[in-house]
Amino acid sequence: MSDSMNIDPSLEVLPDNRERTRVADLLGPAVVFALFIGVWYLLSSVILPEHKRFLLPTPHQVVKEGFLVWHTGERRGFYPILMSLWDSAKVALIGLGITIVVGMALATLMSTRRWLERATWPYLVAVQSAPILALTPLIRALIDGSMKQRLLVVVLISIFPIVSNTLFGLLSAEKSQHELFTLQGASKWTRLTKLQFPAALPNIFVGLRISAGLAVIGAVVGDFYFRQGGVVGIGAQIDVYRSRLWGAELITAIIMASVLGLVVFLFFGWLSRRAIGKWHITTRGQ
Amino acid sequence: MQYHAVSNTESDIMTLQPAALSFHEVSMVFPDGTRALENVSLSISPGEFVTVVGPSGCGKSTLLRIASNLETATGGSCNIDRDSIGYVFQDATLMPWRTVRRNVELIAELHGVPKAERLERAARAIELVGLNGFEDKYPRQLSGGMRMRASLARSLVMQPKVFLFDEPFGALDEITRERLNDELMGLFQSQGFAGLFITHSIAEAVYMSTKVLVMSARPGAITAAIDIPFGFPRTHDLRYRPEFGELCAQVSHALRGAHS
Repeated sequence: MSDSMNIDPSLEVLPDNRERTRVADLLGPAVVFALFIGVWYLLSSVILPEHKRFLLPTPHQVVKEGFLVWHTGERRGFYPILMSLWDSAKVALIGLGITIVVGMALATLMSTRRWLERATWPYLVAVQSAPILALTPLIRALIDGSMKQRLLVVVLISIFPIVSNTLFGLLSAEKSQHELFTLQGASKWTRLTKLQFPAALPNIFVGLRISAGLAVIGAVVGDFYFRQGGVVGIGAQIDVYRSRLWGAELITAIIMASVLGLVVFLFFGWLSRRAIGKWHITTRGQ
Repeated sequence: MQYHAVSNTESDIMTLQPAALSFHEVSMVFPDGTRALENVSLSISPGEFVTVVGPSGCGKSTLLRIASNLETATGGSCNIDRDSIGYVFQDATLMPWRTVRRNVELIAELHGVPKAERLERAARAIELVGLNGFEDKYPRQLSGGMRMRASLARSLVMQPKVFLFDEPFGALDEITRERLNDELMGLFQSQGFAGLFITHSIAEAVYMSTKVLVMSARPGAITAAIDIPFGFPRTHDLRYRPEFGELCAQVSHALRGAHS
């Protein structure tokens, strides 16, 4: 045995780079929020000519008429907004689930075969940039039921980031790491599960967060074009408020749709820190 | 301890015990026509630690890649027990998502060693490289030297008979490097493997080896074999002994010859 190995290695340990929440971290968002409200007041009570001010009610009008009125029959009030938000949230989450499963499976397949990767890319890019509006008649003709139609819109809009980030992540393992597995005669499956997939996790979470935001947008957009009677999604609700010129309700509904997007985004940020925060260095972009 | 002369001109070798690793007139030509190795013959027995020094790009690493079957030679033959190789890469090649313990377990895990035995072996290897107390740290929390130790421990877990080192300490500072040289020598003595070590550093080569092979560049060929007669254990003082300096000078001259 070597006696030379008794040097205390604790001297070599590097400090944890855990982030501390500082005052500046909270002050920043607060200042931006104040600015936002200021600009809003400026627009709604100074810049807009008086006869057009109904288009953009002031912040306090929105709070009073949009948030603080519970339900006044028809579709006015905060309660119907929450109901339709819940309806859209369901579509967004189910759609996101499908996107994650399909997107990651597709990326995994693409990572194993170069020709498959090349064959698939152009179509993924095409889907990403295709105007959904132009596809609505086709979707309506091919698929029955507004739920399925809306889910398809969500998947089409949100799938690209999860595929591209997962694929990039799966291919990101270093050559020497691969060689380590080769030396042990590891199977493709072992390589995928013990090397490529864990190596891809940081990228997968980036993709997840982008896709999650897009899924909310997809659900709202889907509401616009594919709606049925009964409880409608937040997108359809927004459209009704827009056509009836109910400004306060319109702004409230838009804010709540954004809140949904924000909640989903924050959730995946939190999940990412929980899952990989211990070993992956991410101090920015959270 | 026996030393046997090895070079590409002297491939007829007398070995006292069966070699753990032997190359017979191995040549390697890459698809682009680069002649990386030409007629390299060498043999290493258990208890031998052979170091190859040579200019960068002379095919030193190719030697290891052929020995470990990462690459197939275009000529000659290579004899080695492939199930008993430890390979230490230039960088530590740890999985950042695994703790030190789980990293050290990895190779055993890939060989299907049951969990309980794996843990036991990992604990022993971690002890051997002096990383106890750091089992639950992640690689990013470790210094370069500690990462390299974890990498060594990972290879030790399966108790390989042949150890291949591809410039493992090249990226470390001088102090850490010398310390790890001592630690590796300790392991070499206690574990009794056959070692093939690649390096740029003449002092490192002379300090650690039972034999130093000097390689020329393009095509890579062994131009000199210098026996290092110092016994083990070796201590740091050895580096300042005149005989040590003379051997370093000998290797250095051989390298210059290989260059021109």
